[in-house]
Amino acid sequence: MSYVAHDASAFAPPAEVREVELYHPKTWLGKYVFSQDAKVIAIQYAITAISIGVVALVFSWLIRLQLGFPNTFSFIDPSNYLQFVTQHGMIMVIYLLTALFLGAFGNYLIPLMIGARDMVFPYVNMLSYWVYLVAVLLLVASFFVPGGATGAGWTLYPPQAILQGTPGESWGIILMLVSLAVFIIGFTMGGLNYVVTVLQARTRGMTLMRLPLTVWGIFMATILALLAFPALFVSAIMMILDRTLGTSFFMPAIVSMGQKLEYAGGSPVLFQHLFWFFGHPEVYIVALPAFGIVSDLLSVHARKNIFGYRMMVWAIVAIGGLSFIVWAHHMYVSGMNPYFGFFFATTTLIIAVPTAIKVYNWVLTLWRGNIHLNVPMLFAIGFIFTFINGGLTGLFLGNVTVDVPLSDTMFVVAHFHMVMAIAPVLAVFGAIYHWYPKITGRMLDDTLGKVHFWFTFVGSYAIYYPMHYLGFLGVPRRYYAIGGTDFIPESVQSMNAGITIAALIVGAAQMVFFYNLVRSYFKGKPSGGNPWEATTLEWQTPHTPPTHGNFGRELPVVYRWAYDFSVPGAPQDFIPQNVPPPEAATGARDRA
Amino acid sequence: MAGGSTEDVHGSVLVQPTLKLGLWVLLAVVTSLFALFISAYAMRMKLGDWNPLPEPGLLWLNTGVLILTSAVMEWTRAAANRGQKDGVRTGLFAAGVLTVAFLAGQLVVWQQLHASGYFLGANPANDFFYVLTALHGLHLLGGLVAWGRTTAGVQRGVALGAARLSVGLCALYWHYLLLVWLVLFALLLST
Repeated sequence: MSYVAHDASAFAPPAEVREVELYHPKTWLGKYVFSQDAKVIAIQYAITAISIGVVALVFSWLIRLQLGFPNTFSFIDPSNYLQFVTQHGMIMVIYLLTALFLGAFGNYLIPLMIGARDMVFPYVNMLSYWVYLVAVLLLVASFFVPGGATGAGWTLYPPQAILQGTPGESWGIILMLVSLAVFIIGFTMGGLNYVVTVLQARTRGMTLMRLPLTVWGIFMATILALLAFPALFVSAIMMILDRTLGTSFFMPAIVSMGQKLEYAGGSPVLFQHLFWFFGHPEVYIVALPAFGIVSDLLSVHARKNIFGYRMMVWAIVAIGGLSFIVWAHHMYVSGMNPYFGFFFATTTLIIAVPTAIKVYNWVLTLWRGNIHLNVPMLFAIGFIFTFINGGLTGLFLGNVTVDVPLSDTMFVVAHFHMVMAIAPVLAVFGAIYHWYPKITGRMLDDTLGKVHFWFTFVGSYAIYYPMHYLGFLGVPRRYYAIGGTDFIPESVQSMNAGITIAALIVGAAQMVFFYNLVRSYFKGKPSGGNPWEATTLEWQTPHTPPTHGNFGRELPVVYRWAYDFSVPGAPQDFIPQNVPPPEAATGARDRA
Repeated sequence: MAGGSTEDVHGSVLVQPTLKLGLWVLLAVVTSLFALFISAYAMRMKLGDWNPLPEPGLLWLNTGVLILTSAVMEWTRAAANRGQKDGVRTGLFAAGVLTVAFLAGQLVVWQQLHASGYFLGANPANDFFYVLTALHGLHLLGGLVAWGRTTAGVQRGVALGAARLSVGLCALYWHYLLLVWLVLFALLLST
């Protein structure tokens, strides 16, 4: 196999793009509010996403309070409970994780890491944030309309989502669907920018195979999102029409509350196909950026090149492609043709191959590395553990015969929280601890960071490990109260109480993180430009935090890949991407 | 297409492939949108209650108008490449008028169908017809915004390079929407 062109003697090819005119804001409003600078937009995305994420965190507390201590809290009635469950899921998956990985990290890191001054369409990029904000406000508005927010579950399955008896069937569901449609329009504006910027605005010498894996992950996730979100858009439009104009795209003939409704002939399974054609790629929209970020954190903090860079890139591409042909593994119990189940179980298990390649490569990157167990590294290692755990239970659920009895139990809740909630969130935290010094010029406090890590990591396992057992016992998900059954023993209640206490503690531990963010902004240790001694371009900017235009007078030129750590014979244990090769072939001979 | 770095007009070399690539990516997203709607159409059609609606003759005329619009756009693009400013002005004006005519024609089709009792909500075939034509029309309306900016630019007398680029992008978008319409129309006729 030919190796990556990180050989120092490789010359830097000419730029694909020359210098462009930067837009310079003239007013305070243009600089800080309606800014077209990707870095400001990134911060706006991050603050909005994390704020609404905290709301969803509180919802999760309320869900757990009800499950752990039923009949204790009079303000949680069955309707509220369903609303909390629904909004917790919807906000976390779409309004927090998608917006944070692509809108915030994408905007901050893509231009800096590829050596560009900004995104290629800054005005559209700005619009993207404001449209996203409108989507969030519509979502929040749905909490306050008559009937409250929708309680249909984050999957919003018809027919129940728009029928009487489901909370929020009057206004909540309409606002929810409109908010999703608006979110998708805003995302598309941003997504166009991320893709075209990576393809067009890379600096001189930054070939695609020299991109840091973080950029690869965000790039591929954006392509997935651009192609998958239309499925959610289509289903949202069709459901709005079913709800408001009485069409029957998804609604079968139905008797509700003793009355025969006008609907006839529609197909709820059609909605499920559309929803999961979006929903499964969505898992990877959240996972791929996390993969990329974790790869970079491991390499930097183990002072070792990433193992098998080229394989890592192709694994990202393969996972992205495969994620479009596995969607119906969410629908084994929907009554679809059983042969479909066979096909989708096969494709689902095939995804394990590129995913396992990534895990092996992460472990091999750590192998005999000079591992610095600082906070970003702890979170990165925590990610690997959690992702493997969630991935293994995915193998159970990917098989039809095992999935059928486990469907709609707490086992499923435990599985997807491990794989696409805790794992990506650990990557997010690792990334924030890693890049905060570049964004603010100050280090986050190390001790507080370690407290935050251990409470979050151990606490998450205290929540989700027992939950797998609840699933095996047959405890159903989404139930306000279990009631009396023959198969669920009394002891389940004590376990539920324990899980709730763990959840409260983990949630409270996040306050340590927020305190750290605020305190370090004012009192943190000054970080300098490159505190981690990393190789990628964002650490080589003349100013920290980077100023408008990122790289001062001249754009950097890239001579090598992003992973030249501990190169034998080099004076330091890292060589930044923009350091030219030493004269003649001495460097190349040493490396051979 | 993208990534070309020919060294002719200063400035436009940089912008051209980037904007054009941006448009191609957008078209990929729109393709995904229509493809998913068509898949939903195909799945919903198989269920028992599907009553195909008649295609009013006016749809053929509208299709002809849209083909003509695309041809005029192509002619305008050629005029821009030859540097004929008057040709560009005339071409853009004609393409705008034809597009509005197409959209008006589609509205008349809606009225005809409505008048003969094919309401929204009465049958899934009707629902899909209204939704798909509306979606296609909205994309054309969005195109008219770009068309308006291009026309305004040409009236102001922007540099030839920039005008050439905008007109080229408009032409590409209109050809694409013609293609989408031909696919949709074929689907409606065949079902």
